[in-house]
Amino acid sequence: MTLSPSSVPLVRAPAPSANLLVRQARVLDPREGIDGAHDVLVRDGVIAEIGLPGTIRAPDDAEIVEAAGRLLSPAFTDPHVHLRTPGQEHKEDLETGTRAAAAGGFCQVIGMPNTDPVIDSAPILRSLRETAARDARIPVGFVGSITVGLRGTALTVMAALRRAGALGFSDDGRPIASAGMLRRALQYQRLTGAVLALHEEDFDLSAGGSMHEGQVSARLGIGGIPSISESAIIARDVLVARHEGGAIHLQHLSSSDSVLTVERAKQDGTRVTCEASPHHLCLTDEAVAGYDTSMKMNPPLRTEADRQALIEGLRSGVIDCVATDHAPHARDEKEVPFEQAPMGTTGLETAFSALHTELVLPGVLELGLLIDRMTSGCGIFGLPIPRVAVGEAANLALIDLEACWIVGEHGYESRSANCCFAGRRLQGRVLLTIADGVVAYRERGFAMSVAPGPGRTV
Amino acid sequence: MKHLLSIGDLDRAGIERICDRAAAFESVGGQDIKKVPALRGRTVLNLFYESSTRTRSSFELAAKRLSADVVNFVASGSSVEKGESLKDTVLTLSAHRPDVIVIRCPWAGGPELLPRWTDAAIINAGDGKHEHPTQALLDVYTLRRRLGNLDGVKIWIVGDVLHSRVARSGIVAFQQMGASVTLAGPPTLMPREAESLGVEVRTTLDGLREADVVYALRMQHERMDDAFVPSLREYASVYQVNARRLGARQLLMHPGPVNRGVELSGDVVDSPQSLILEQVAAGVVVRMAVLYEVLAASRSGDPITEPQPA
Repeated sequence: MTLSPSSVPLVRAPAPSANLLVRQARVLDPREGIDGAHDVLVRDGVIAEIGLPGTIRAPDDAEIVEAAGRLLSPAFTDPHVHLRTPGQEHKEDLETGTRAAAAGGFCQVIGMPNTDPVIDSAPILRSLRETAARDARIPVGFVGSITVGLRGTALTVMAALRRAGALGFSDDGRPIASAGMLRRALQYQRLTGAVLALHEEDFDLSAGGSMHEGQVSARLGIGGIPSISESAIIARDVLVARHEGGAIHLQHLSSSDSVLTVERAKQDGTRVTCEASPHHLCLTDEAVAGYDTSMKMNPPLRTEADRQALIEGLRSGVIDCVATDHAPHARDEKEVPFEQAPMGTTGLETAFSALHTELVLPGVLELGLLIDRMTSGCGIFGLPIPRVAVGEAANLALIDLEACWIVGEHGYESRSANCCFAGRRLQGRVLLTIADGVVAYRERGFAMSVAPGPGRTV
Repeated sequence: MKHLLSIGDLDRAGIERICDRAAAFESVGGQDIKKVPALRGRTVLNLFYESSTRTRSSFELAAKRLSADVVNFVASGSSVEKGESLKDTVLTLSAHRPDVIVIRCPWAGGPELLPRWTDAAIINAGDGKHEHPTQALLDVYTLRRRLGNLDGVKIWIVGDVLHSRVARSGIVAFQQMGASVTLAGPPTLMPREAESLGVEVRTTLDGLREADVVYALRMQHERMDDAFVPSLREYASVYQVNARRLGARQLLMHPGPVNRGVELSGDVVDSPQSLILEQVAAGVVVRMAVLYEVLAASRSGDPITEPQPA
């Protein structure tokens, strides 16, 4: 038996439940096996009816959303974001971060504990969840840290954190340097039952590095972070996890050797899951050539061969899900020489559009598969995966797959602008996000075009 | 050319143009009054975030010989240590309306940021491990004076390539001028995939005799903390360029300052094959030509080939 987590795993600010009828959208939910034009009725925040186009009559109090030619997908989930509360609200806070998530079509996100203070005790977690219950636009959950202060030397009070609502544990931003400490955390997992999310990096191998070690770093004279700084410690950790029978989730895979190592571990029956980020799936270290600090992230952008391995891993299922590692930083923090800049890119607002543009449109990845990988992430932390099915809470993203936009052209919902896709023309735009039965986002132009007319109530 | 941020900003013709103009400036240093009025009334600001005696004084002398006003801003002990960002420092110094900012900083790509914040022309005087383009120009200038041209010349760059901005600029400039480049040094001090720079990579000095020019890099003592090589003695035993390894017709170069007894033996430093002092002397005229290029040539469109005495 393991401890049962808090009865309310996710929290959000109170908001009125949606009543609306989405008409004639192409409904695509790979898990439900739906792909075709349907009407979808949401009553009091719950999917009440799914019918053939034109067959559902709107109740008087329902807003009608004409969606012919648009895609209606289960909304996305992101198991790896940095919302910066508490302590770094100049970068982001729960309100702006979840607004950015909603704008990207997300209905659930999980915040990492490397805040200031670190989420390493139950009172801090409870206080954070109280703040989220006031500020969060979409449901948000949190993981606690594995070690006190992320220092890698003492386990946190994981049982207390679990009871206070921790969905899992992570020292994200730092590896568990000591295999012995990881082993102990995995043993303790038998009590808490909560997955450990691991940032895999051997600091001995990555020290002094700011980008992938390879041809581009040789040219630019920037200290390199070799691929083995990730893959070697992954090899260690899957063996430790297998030995203890524990469950680990590997964050932001970046290298082909890492994918290979996870694939073998899965074949061996190790309880390991992993994620890849939109930036690692879309960009390579060539993007660093102009010293753009938005291209500085950890792990770094790697080679085209690595990118292809990640794409193949996502397709085959070795990589379980997409996670943005949304990492906002203030402008003045990023407007410094490359080697001085902090690691990280924002990602929530561009995740779907970037992957749709770079992978789906060229025929590399099927749309249904992308939706599957963008909705499954929070499931790894025990949350129900959003589905387009009658009786489910409405977690829906309405998307215009034809619409093109320039990233950053009209600013961001996030407080920060350090987006690696800034200035790019992307195709595919989220128009409307319903998260946990609440309309969490309407794209401005779309909202204007469907302003209520006579006889309609919003 | 508005800025000199990287040696890649120049094609072969551009490198030759600067070298030719530097040659024309040689006579200035021989005059009693070592000045020409080419940049009179212009302000050159030296912004140095790293200690550098020779590069900074070379730029200062070059600017003064062109009659420019020079301001030196040495970052240690200034507002930088009080936490001022590069951006704020540049914005502040730009308020003095410099025409050129010469920047040396420990961060690769740092100089490329400056045009966002100032209208001044930017000259990269060394940025981290990235580039040192005026060093490459003065090296090309020195070799052209000695050899006429660099076509087909075999140049070996020996030593700590990993940390060397001199090497990174030199490789590009030498190749641009028709030379072939071989890198030789400890595998721990060679960038991964260095072959992608279009060079041959060796781990010993076997075959060094095939080189026309041997360019030794400075072995930086401070790096030894990281134990890239087991000891300087061991380094010297394998990689020191000395009279035994250097052939009589080979030319020797070094960006300075030299560690005698480490990367070079004392006897080769003092030998007639050594171009090291010529490199230093070339630094002034080449930097005069670079300052002239970014300030005068781009605006007048009428390059002065024969500088007028003041």
